[in-house]
Amino acid sequence: MDKVLSVEALSKRYGKGCQHCFALTGPAFDTNICPECGSVVAAHEVSFDLHQGEILGIMGESGSGKSTAVKCLYFDQIPTGGRAVFNDQGESFSLFELNAAQQRRLASRCFGMVYQNPHLGLNFDISAGGNIAERLLMARVDNYADIRRRATSLLERTEVMSERMDELPRNFSGGMQQRVQIAKALAINPPLLLLDEVTTGLDLSVQAAILDLILEIQQQSRTSMIVVTHDLGVIRLLADRTLVMKHGRVVETGLTDQILEDPQHAYTQRLVASAL
Amino acid sequence: MGYVAIKGGGQAIEGSKAVFDYLRTRQGGDAQPLDTATIENQLRLLHSRVMSEGGVYHPRLASLAIKQAQGDSLEAAFALRAYRSTMPRLAETGALNSDGMRITRRISSAFKDIPGGQMLGATTDYHLRLMRMDLLDESPERFRAIAAEWFEGRDPDEVPDSFPKVLDALRAEGMLPALDPAKGGGEPFDITREPLIFPVPRSAALATMARGEQGGLLAIAYSSMRGYGDIHPTVAELRVGYLPVTLPHPVTGEPMEIGEVEITECEVVAMYEAHEGQDECEGEPMFTLGYGACFGHNEVKAISMAILDRGLQKGMRDGPSNPAEDPEFVLLHVDGIDSMGFCTHYKMPHYVTFQSDMDRLRATQKEYRKGDRT
Amino acid sequence: MSAGMQFGFLDEYAKREIRRASLKAVAIPGYQVPYSSREMPMGRGFGTGGLQLTLSLIGPGEMLKVIDQGSDDSVNAVNLRAFIEMTCPGIETTTSTVEAELIQSRHRIPERPLREDQFLVLQVPYPDPLVIVESSEEKRKMLHGEADYSRLLVKLYEDIVKFNEITISHRYPTRIADHYVIDPSPIPRWDVPKLDQSPALVLLGAGREKKIYAVPPYTKAEPIAFEDVPFRVEDFYDQKGQRRACARCGCRNSFLDEYVDSTTGELVYRCSDSDWCDEQLLIGDAPEAAHG
Repeated sequence: MDKVLSVEALSKRYGKGCQHCFALTGPAFDTNICPECGSVVAAHEVSFDLHQGEILGIMGESGSGKSTAVKCLYFDQIPTGGRAVFNDQGESFSLFELNAAQQRRLASRCFGMVYQNPHLGLNFDISAGGNIAERLLMARVDNYADIRRRATSLLERTEVMSERMDELPRNFSGGMQQRVQIAKALAINPPLLLLDEVTTGLDLSVQAAILDLILEIQQQSRTSMIVVTHDLGVIRLLADRTLVMKHGRVVETGLTDQILEDPQHAYTQRLVASAL
Repeated sequence: MGYVAIKGGGQAIEGSKAVFDYLRTRQGGDAQPLDTATIENQLRLLHSRVMSEGGVYHPRLASLAIKQAQGDSLEAAFALRAYRSTMPRLAETGALNSDGMRITRRISSAFKDIPGGQMLGATTDYHLRLMRMDLLDESPERFRAIAAEWFEGRDPDEVPDSFPKVLDALRAEGMLPALDPAKGGGEPFDITREPLIFPVPRSAALATMARGEQGGLLAIAYSSMRGYGDIHPTVAELRVGYLPVTLPHPVTGEPMEIGEVEITECEVVAMYEAHEGQDECEGEPMFTLGYGACFGHNEVKAISMAILDRGLQKGMRDGPSNPAEDPEFVLLHVDGIDSMGFCTHYKMPHYVTFQSDMDRLRATQKEYRKGDRT
Repeated sequence: MSAGMQFGFLDEYAKREIRRASLKAVAIPGYQVPYSSREMPMGRGFGTGGLQLTLSLIGPGEMLKVIDQGSDDSVNAVNLRAFIEMTCPGIETTTSTVEAELIQSRHRIPERPLREDQFLVLQVPYPDPLVIVESSEEKRKMLHGEADYSRLLVKLYEDIVKFNEITISHRYPTRIADHYVIDPSPIPRWDVPKLDQSPALVLLGAGREKKIYAVPPYTKAEPIAFEDVPFRVEDFYDQKGQRRACARCGCRNSFLDEYVDSTTGELVYRCSDSDWCDEQLLIGDAPEAAHG
C-alpha cells in the first residue's frame, strides 16, 4: 500500500524547556509536566505511518498528546521537533519545512480537518452551504451553480437536510454541526482527513450515525484518515491500526484487534479492562 | 430643477467662510478679538490638548488654531497638523531623559512618601465643582489682583526642583525589572515618516497615542479599567513640568539646551508577571509598567495612554483578548484628525454611490417580489 | 496663508515618498503600497489621498481637471481645485476631459474614454476590499499575498442565496492582473469596466488609511464574479425596457443621476458626468438618435 503520511519523532513542548524535560516526564513518571522547569511535554517522539485508504486511530485520555499530534499535522500548532512527510500524486511534502504560506496552500488543497468544537471548523456567521462554498472557492471552483450542486450533494451525503443548507450553523444541533463540518472537510475530496474527537459530547444515537458516515466515506472514497479519540468504542469501530498514547508518549501500537484482544502495555490493559 | 443644486459650489464655500467668520464677532458692541496670549494662558488646558493632539509644540500657533477654529479642539489640532506637513525636518533630538524635568506638579498614588515628596501643583482634582459665580462678572482689577496675591511673600524667581523618579525606588528593591539599556537605545519609530504596518514596535504605539485624541484614548482605556482586560493599574508617578530639549551643537557636537516643552508624563505599575528579560532575574515575578507622555498639561490623556501601553504590550506578546489590548484596534482608532475627518466626510455628496445603492435595492426588491409570487 | 508655502504644499521629502510609492504601485498592479500620508488642510475623507498624489505628480504647465460626483462644480471639487491652484502656481485647470492631462476624481471615472497621455487619480476612503471579511490588517496582508479571496467570494455566494442578486452597489471588488483584488474606490459599477485595459494610468490614493495602489495602463481589471452569475452594471431601463435618457442632453449611454423635479414631482434623469453632458449637448440636435 502507498504511504500517505509518514511521521517521525514528532515532539511538542510548551514552555521554555530544560535538559530534563524528556528524561523526567512520560508514563514512567506519571506526568507530562517537567518537575525542573514546569514545561509541558505534550508529545514526544511520536512516529507512525498512514497508508492509502487506512484509518489510523490515536487513543488516549485528555492530556495524552493525541490532539496535539493532529493539530501539528494540520499546522494549527508548530511542533518542537520531528518530521512528517506527506505524499500526494507522486509529490512529497516535508510538512514542517514548508513556510506558512505553503502550509496554508497544502492544507486547503489536500487536508480536511474536523474538530471536536464545531466553532473551530465552521464560520457561524455564514450559512452551512456558504461554509462549504468557501472551501470550494479556495480550490478555485468559480461557477455558482456548480458550487450549489456540490454543496447540496455533500450535505446530502452527510445527511443534512438540503432545506437547511442556507441556514446559519448556529441554529443547528451539535450533531448537525458536526455533519456540516464533515461535509466542509470533504468538499475538496481531500486525500487526508483528520478527525479530532468528532463524536465527543454527542448523544449516543447521533454518535453512531456519525461513525457510520465516517466508515461509509472511507469505503466509498478510500480517504486516509486519522481518528483521535478517548473512546475505545470509536477505535473498535473505525480504526484499522491504533496508537495508544499517554503523557505525550506512544505506549503501544499495532492492529486494533490485536490491541483490544491482547494489550501489551499495562496502561492499555487497564484501559481495555475498564471498558469491558 | 434639482440639477442646479450642485452648481455654484465655489460661491457657497466663500459664503460659508464669511458667515463662519462673522459668528466670531456676533457679540457686537465693544467686543475685543481674542488675543493669542489670552488663549494660551486663560484656556491653558484646551491649549495643551490642541498642541498634544496636533503633535506640534508651537504655543503661539496653537493659540491661533484655537482662535480660528472658534474653540473646536479637533479642528484646531487639525490645523496644526496640516501646518506641520509643510515643514521640513531640520534636526532630530536624541532621547530626552525626563529626570531633569522642571516639575510643576508631581504625585504618586503608590506611595505616600516619595523621594523629594509629593507636589500637588495646579489641579482641579480636589475642586468642588460648584459654579464660581464670582467669575461671571470679573473686573480687570480683581483679575490682576489674583496674581499679586499669589506672588505675595514668594520669590518670583523660585524655580521648582527636579525630583528623582518614584520608579527608581521600586527598581532598587527588585520589584521592577532593571532598565535594559539595550532596549531603549534603538531608533524610535517615526509615525510622521512611516505608515504603521502591523505588527508595529512599542515606540510606534507610544508615538501614535501621544498625539491621539483624548476622548478616544480615554474611552478605550476606560473599557480596560472597567474590566475588558483590566491591568490593575496604580499611578506610580504622574508628573507635569517642563522638559529641557537638547540638540547636539552643530560645531562641537556637545549637547546644548535649545528650549523646553511642557509635558505630562505618567507611569503606571500594573499586575506582576514572570520577568521575561534575558538577565539573572528571568522568571522572577515582577511588576509591569505602562508609560504615557504627551505635550502640555493633559493628565487624563497621559494616564489613559499609560494604561493602554501596558495593555498593548500584553496584546503584542500574547495576542489580544480585549479591544484595549489589540494594537490594530487601538492605534487605528485613536487619532482625532483621522476620525473626525472621516466622520465629517459623510456630509459630502454621495449622489453617485447612493444612485448605485438604489439600483441594487430595486433589483433585489424585484427578485424578492418575484420569489413572493411563486 | 500662501505666504512662504512651497510648490505643491507638501515638503519635498513627502513628495518624493509619494512618487516612490506610486512607482511601486505601478510595478505591482493592485498591491496596496503603504506610505506615511501627511495631514492636509482638508478633512481625512475629503480626498487627502488623491490630493497628495496630485500635488506630488503635477508640475507647472500641466492641465488639471478635478471632479466630484462627476461634476467639476460640486463643492468639494471646487475646494480641492482652488487649493491646488493656490499651492501650485503655473498649472492650468480645465473642466474638459479631453483637455486634461491629470484628472483627480471622487466617485466617478469620466464617461469619455481616457488616453495614454492622461492619468486619473481616484480618491479612496477604504483601500482594502477584504476589510468586510477580515478586520485584522496583518491577516489581510497574508490573504492578499496568497491571492486568497475565497471569503470575499463567499460574500457574493451568500448574497445570491439570500437575495438572488449581488448586493454590492459601488466599491465593487476588482481583480487586477489576475492577482490582487482592489477596492476601486466608490465608483459605481458602471465605471468598473473602464479600468480594464485602460490606456491611461489610474492611481488610487487613500490618505487616512495611508495606501497608494494602481491600475497601470493596459492592465486586466476584472470585477470578481461567478462564471455563471456575471457582474452587472447599474440598470437604467424603465418598465417598458427603454433605456432612460438624460433629460438635458438626451444621452442614452451614460451613468445617470435621478432627481425629483420640484415642480412636477416626477423622476428626472441627468448625466452624472457634467462635462460629458455639455459635450453631448454640443454634438447635435438629435442626441437621442446618436446614442440610441
